[in-house]
Amino acid sequence: MAENSGARPALRYKSAEVAVALIIMAFSALIAVESLRIGARWTADGPQTGFFPLYIALILGAACAVNLLLALRIKPQANPTFVQVGQLKLVLSVLVPAAVFVGIIPWTGLYLAAVLFIAFFMHRLGNYPWWKAAAASVATGVVLFLLFEMWFLVPLPKGPLERALGVG
Amino acid sequence: MDEIQSLLQGFAVALTLKNLLFMFVGIVLGVVIGVLPGLGGANGVAILLPLTFTLAQTPGGTTTAIILLSCIYWGALFGGAITSILFNIPGEPWSVATTFDGYPMAQQGRAGQALTASFTASFFGALVAVIMITFVSPIIAEFALAFGPPEFFAVYLLTFCAFIGMSKEPPFKTLAAMMLGFALASVGTDTVTGTLRFNFGSMLLLNGFNFLVAVIGLFGIGEILLSLEEGLAFRGAKAKISPRVVWETWKQLPQYWATAIRSSAIGCFMGVVPGGATPASFMSYGMARRFSRTRDQFGAGQIEGVVAPEVANNAAGTSALLPMLTLGVPGSPTAAVLLGGLMIWGLQPGPLLFAEQKEFVWGLIASMYLGNLAGLIVVLTCVPLFAAILRIPFSVIAPIIIVICAIGGYTVNNAIFDVWMIVVFGVIGYAFKKLQYPLAPMVLAIVLGDQAEASFRQAMIMSQGGLSIFFANALVGGMTVLALVMLFWPLVPWVLARLRSA
Repeated sequence: MAENSGARPALRYKSAEVAVALIIMAFSALIAVESLRIGARWTADGPQTGFFPLYIALILGAACAVNLLLALRIKPQANPTFVQVGQLKLVLSVLVPAAVFVGIIPWTGLYLAAVLFIAFFMHRLGNYPWWKAAAASVATGVVLFLLFEMWFLVPLPKGPLERALGVG
Repeated sequence: MDEIQSLLQGFAVALTLKNLLFMFVGIVLGVVIGVLPGLGGANGVAILLPLTFTLAQTPGGTTTAIILLSCIYWGALFGGAITSILFNIPGEPWSVATTFDGYPMAQQGRAGQALTASFTASFFGALVAVIMITFVSPIIAEFALAFGPPEFFAVYLLTFCAFIGMSKEPPFKTLAAMMLGFALASVGTDTVTGTLRFNFGSMLLLNGFNFLVAVIGLFGIGEILLSLEEGLAFRGAKAKISPRVVWETWKQLPQYWATAIRSSAIGCFMGVVPGGATPASFMSYGMARRFSRTRDQFGAGQIEGVVAPEVANNAAGTSALLPMLTLGVPGSPTAAVLLGGLMIWGLQPGPLLFAEQKEFVWGLIASMYLGNLAGLIVVLTCVPLFAAILRIPFSVIAPIIIVICAIGGYTVNNAIFDVWMIVVFGVIGYAFKKLQYPLAPMVLAIVLGDQAEASFRQAMIMSQGGLSIFFANALVGGMTVLALVMLFWPLVPWVLARLRSA
């Protein structure tokens, strides 16, 4: 099993279904409580601001309750893998760098963050030699800069690099 | 024949050098977007929408902007067929039926034939739908001018109930996804009273969740995560279309006229109903097989099996713009994004658009004719180029698409918070897609939530809180009843099974 550990299920459908149903139910409860707090009744000038959302939240909660019941009735033999360990690792290996990319934008600016992200991605997941990854990502960054700053005139977040180059 | 005259004026608007240029740019971008994994029509239009803000402010700019965005949509509709036929990867759910016969044809070395047939069929379907839009939409718009809040709410109700009745996803998941969309739409400022709600003291939620951000995250990042899981290595047939193949295929196509007419009728009819494109393509594939003399060869590479779903899904995709323009109710996620665009540019979609923005509406309709023709020419001549895009390794394409999604999200409001929301919506999209929660009704609910709520509350004020206003006259009552029928439609097979066993 050791060499085949990537195909092990990390999560099965039943757990995933239950988790999603519970999360949405919690959200619907939040909306319902808040609707009641800001007023979901009738006043002289019509329904209050929480009137419509309250009903939306109630229907949402009810629909999720049904989904939860249906999920709980999934039998163990009919419970396929939701995501395998190997797949989850792959997904996380994109999601985590993507989150880091977004996280560093306020400090580095968007362009430098994008160049680093693309280079990292190509080198780590695509097994490109670092110089190829660097060349491709820098080229992409320059094209993006020309496209958005020059052609579309849409300013994107810039950081110390752009200031140092005198284009920020 | 007012329509003809208006249409001719529309052509005069659309046929400027600038508009033609944007038309070609839009088509090419659209095909690229349709071919790339993680970028589809809805998401591509959503990313480019913020870039049109400045364009839309120049005189006549809104028309140019809508031409650009709608051409991206047509391009993406054409492009979906390329991946389905050459790589057996349906880019959109409504391209699934195209793979049944298209991919076998490509494997037999008849890729050129399959592509030519599919592009021509797409063009035919779209053309029929545009002709329908030309003549039917002014009538509907005129009719809808008399609509009040109860009627509009009934239309919204019908739209959303149709999703539950028509989608192949479990009904309660459809309902949950839809209501989640409405709940997200209600965050921020209450459009009726102007009070803040559900922002929980956070300044970041002041404006609520932007639908563009949701679309980019759900469809863009979510799709990337999904394709990654499958460890995408594209292995596809080579594609080359020579003029001779095109000519040979065109000579064969007229014999499928009955299939084409039947499929375009199915497509036009179903496209007006939200979520209709996918069932339309399957339905017309099924119908074509039932009526065909070579029934048992379907699935083994029949041209007719490519023509039928392609005519239907393009007819449906195009006619999805009919309710968007006339009633302000989009029939597909991409139409929903276009509708959002109109609102951002300061145009109020709905019946008044036909009266007040004649130039814009007819310019758009004329551009649909031209855009689809341009699309046909572009895809027939450039297929090898577009297919080559799919041979770029995923590890190069994926990070670039993620960066482009991030830029698209940032430009909506110039806020980093929105970029974070894209990542969050990406994870939601990934989980929802895998668990069969449909994304389209959720997106439509986010776009239409405020208006649906406003029309509901206005109707309630009119009736002093009585729900009977939704049955007050034949029109609104008929729509409400139809909506309820759609809502309970999933119960029909269950009831039938019960009756049969009893």
